[in-house]
Amino acid sequence: MSEQSGAVTKTANGLLQWVDKRLPVLDFWNAHLAKYYAPKNFNFWYYMGGFALLVLVIQILSGIFLTMHYKPSAAEAFASVEYIMRDVEWGWLIRYMHSTGASFFFIVVYLHMFRSLLYGSHRKPRELLWVFGMLIYLLLMAEAFFGYVLPWGQMSYWGAQVIINLFGAIPMIGEPLTEWIRGDFFISDATINRFFALHVIALPIALLGLVVLHLSALHQTGSNNPDGIEIKENKDEDGIPKDGIPFHPYYTVKDIFGASMFLLVFAFVIFFWPEAGGLFLEHDNFVAADPLVTPEHIKPVWYFTPFYAILKAVPDKLMGVILMGVSVGVLFLLPWLDRSPVKSIRYKGAWYKILVFSFAIAFIRLGMLGMAEGTPAQTIEMRVWTFVYFSFFILLFFLSKGGKTKPVPDRVTH
Amino acid sequence: MSADGVNKERRRFLIATTSAMGAMGAGFAAVPFIKSWFPSARAQAVGAPVEVNVSKIEPGQIVKVQWRGQTIGVLARTDEMLQDLTQVEPELRDPGSDDAEQPDYIDSEGRALRPEFLVVNMHCTHLGCIPQLIPQVGPQPFDENWKGGFYCPCHKSKFDLAGRVYKGVPAPENLKIPPYSFLDDDTLVIGVNPGGMV
Amino acid sequence: MKINAIKTLLAVLLLALASGPAAAAGGASNLEPSGINVNDTASLQRGAKMFVNYCLSCHEASYMRYKRLSEDLGLSEEMVMDNMIFADAKIGDLMTIAMDPEDSARWFGKTPPNLTLIARARGADWLYGFLRSFYQDESGRWNNLLLPNAAMPHVMWSLQGIQVMSHGEGDEAGQLELQTPGLMSPEEYDDTIRDLVAYLDYMSEPAKLKRKNVGVWVMLFLAVFAFMAYLLKAEFWRDVH
Repeated sequence: MSEQSGAVTKTANGLLQWVDKRLPVLDFWNAHLAKYYAPKNFNFWYYMGGFALLVLVIQILSGIFLTMHYKPSAAEAFASVEYIMRDVEWGWLIRYMHSTGASFFFIVVYLHMFRSLLYGSHRKPRELLWVFGMLIYLLLMAEAFFGYVLPWGQMSYWGAQVIINLFGAIPMIGEPLTEWIRGDFFISDATINRFFALHVIALPIALLGLVVLHLSALHQTGSNNPDGIEIKENKDEDGIPKDGIPFHPYYTVKDIFGASMFLLVFAFVIFFWPEAGGLFLEHDNFVAADPLVTPEHIKPVWYFTPFYAILKAVPDKLMGVILMGVSVGVLFLLPWLDRSPVKSIRYKGAWYKILVFSFAIAFIRLGMLGMAEGTPAQTIEMRVWTFVYFSFFILLFFLSKGGKTKPVPDRVTH
Repeated sequence: MSADGVNKERRRFLIATTSAMGAMGAGFAAVPFIKSWFPSARAQAVGAPVEVNVSKIEPGQIVKVQWRGQTIGVLARTDEMLQDLTQVEPELRDPGSDDAEQPDYIDSEGRALRPEFLVVNMHCTHLGCIPQLIPQVGPQPFDENWKGGFYCPCHKSKFDLAGRVYKGVPAPENLKIPPYSFLDDDTLVIGVNPGGMV
Repeated sequence: MKINAIKTLLAVLLLALASGPAAAAGGASNLEPSGINVNDTASLQRGAKMFVNYCLSCHEASYMRYKRLSEDLGLSEEMVMDNMIFADAKIGDLMTIAMDPEDSARWFGKTPPNLTLIARARGADWLYGFLRSFYQDESGRWNNLLLPNAAMPHVMWSLQGIQVMSHGEGDEAGQLELQTPGLMSPEEYDDTIRDLVAYLDYMSEPAKLKRKNVGVWVMLFLAVFAFMAYLLKAEFWRDVH
C-alpha cells in the first residue's frame, strides 16, 4: 500500500518536474499562492473579491449553456427564454443561476468597493488597482445592460429604449448615435442581435482581461488590510512580512468556507426566491416586448437605480445625463481625492465616518428612489441625496488633508 | 505562526472530507448542465409517434413519412414481392438480419409485423442517402438480374424488398426497422412498440 | 473583527431604510390575498379544467404544453386528451388557439393577452381580485374595478351572477353588490376562482414545484459542506497567532 502510494507520488513528482521545465507552474504557484503573503487580519469584507471571482465563473458557465438554447432575434427571443424555462431539462435552473448571478455580482462588487472606502484600499500605492477595478465595474454595467435586453420582455425593451435615448442627449451627434447603436430607427432585431454578440463575446473577453490586470496589480503591491498598514514594511530576517501569512493554505481554506456560505445564500435565492420580489426578475419582464405599449412604470434593474435617480433628479435632459456620467466617473478619482495621511477608517476621525456613512446611505436611498414611481416629494428627496452623494467627494478632498487622525500602530491588530 | 502541535491526522482527514464533498458537489452541479443537452420537451413533441393509414396504400406502392427527422417508408408488398424474398437470399449479406438494427418482434425474414407492409427506415446504412424503390423485376443499368428492391444512387448500394443488403455493395448492414405497431387493422403507428411502449 | 464588519453593513442598511419611506417596489398592496396553494393537485386540476373551458378559447397559453399538464397534475395523457383538448391538437402540442389575432383585435379592441405568464406579470392576488371584480355599469356594459374599461367581458357571469356598483353612502360607495345571483354562491365562485388562479400561477412557472423540492436538498448539502469547510478553516487557522 505505502509502497504503491510512494510510487504514485514519485510518478506525479516526475510529471510535475517535466512540466515545470517547460512551463513555470511552480513559480506561478509560489508567486500567487504558496509564497504570496497576505495580511493575517482580513475580516468579512475581504471575502468579496473571491466571491466576485466565483460569480464570474458561475455566470460564464451558465451563460455558455444558455446560449445553446437562446435565440437572439426579436421574433424568437422571448419564447426561447420560456423554452429554456420549460422544455429544456433543468433549463430553469441554469437560467435562474444566470439571472440571480447578475444581481449577486453587483451585490458583491458594491460591497467590495465599499470595503475599499472603509480601509483605504484604493490609496497609494494601489491607485492603478482601483482604476482597473473601476473599469471592471463599468464593463460589468454594460454587460448587465446588454444581458437585460436579451429576454426581450417589456422591461428589456423599454429599459433599452430609455438608456439608448440617453445618448440622444449629446448635442449634434445624439440622434445619429442612437441610430448607430440600435442599427435601426427603433429597437429591433438588429439591436438584440448585436447586443447578444457584445454580451456573450466582446465584453466577457474584455472583462476577463481586466480581471487578470486587476489581480496582477493586486499581487504587485500586496493586499491592504483593515488597519491600512503596509505589511511589507515590517519583515523578518527571511524577508517575510511579520504580519503576513501564505495565501495558501490559510486563505484558500478560509475562502472555501466563505464560498460555501455564499453558495448557501445564492442557492436559497435560486430555489426559493428567484424573482426576489421583482428586484432580480421584474414582473413586467414576463410580458413579451411590445413596441406599441409602454409599461406604466419603467425603471432599470436595482443595481442601476442609484444613478438613474441622479438622472431623474435633474430637470434638464443633457445636464441629467452629464451628472449621471460624472457620478460614476468621479469614483475613478477617489485615490487622489482622499489626502489623509491615514488609510483605514479605524485611525481616521469622526469626520470620515460621517462622510462615508452618509455617502453609503445616499447611495442606497438613491437606489430605492430610483425604482419608485417618482412623486414630487420623491423628486425633492432625490435631489437632497444627490447633493449628499456629490458632497462626499468635495468634502473628502477638502477635509481629508487636515482631518483628525489617530496614531497608527506598527503591526496589524488581530 | 507556528507549526507546533499540529494534528496532522485531523488535517488530513478534514482535507480529504472537504475535497470529497467538493468533488461530489461539483458532480451534482454538473448533472443539470449535462442533462440540458438531451432532447427537450419540444424535440420530443416533434419526435412524437406518427400515425399512417395503411388502407390507403395501393399494393406495390410506398408512402414516406418523417419520424424524428428520419424518412420512414411504408411499402405495401404484393404476394409476388413476398415470394421473391426467398429467391434472392443467396445473394444477400445478412439474410437472417442477425446484425441488423431492428426490434425483436420483427419477423427475421419478411422483416415486418404484417408481411404485406414493410416499415423501414429509408436511410442507407452506408452514408445516409435515401435509396430509390425500384420494384420492377428485370434488367437495370446497374444490375442485369434485378429482382426488385431499393437502389441507392449515392454509392450504388442495393437492398431487396425487405431492406436486406446485397453482397458486394458499400452499405454494411440491412436497412433499419423503426419501432412500430398497429393501432387497428388500418392504422400503423411509427415510434410505438406493440403494447404501447414508446 | 468579523462581528464589527457585519455590524457596519447592517447599520448602513438599517439607516438607509429608516431614513425615508420604503419605495414602492411591489405595487399596490391593498389586494385581498388569493390564498392559492400550488401544491394542492386537486385544486390545480379543477383550475386547469376552468382554464380550458373559459379562457383558452380567446386567450392562448402558447409557452405551455398539454403534456406538461399530465405530468405535473397527475392526469393520464388520455384524461388530458379527452377533457382538456378540444382543438385538433396532440398531447405534446403547445396550448395555442385557433383564433386569428387580427380578428380578435377587431372584435375585442385588442388581442387577448397570452396567459402563460400572466401570474408572474400580475401576481396571483391581482388575478384573484380581477376575476371577482367584474360589474355591469349603467349602460349595461361590462367593466372591472381593477382594470377600468377592460376590453374583456365577464365570461364567467353565469357562474358569478351580475354585480353592479353600489349606490350606498360611506363605506359602501364604490363597492360591488350582487344584483342577479349566478349558478354558484359567492363562496363557491371565490373557491372556483382560487382554483383557476392557482392553475395560472402553476402555469406561469411549472418548474416551481420541482424547484423547491430540489432546493431543500441543495441547501442541506451546502450546509454540511459549509460545516466541514469551517472545521478545515479553523484547524489551519490554529497556526495563526
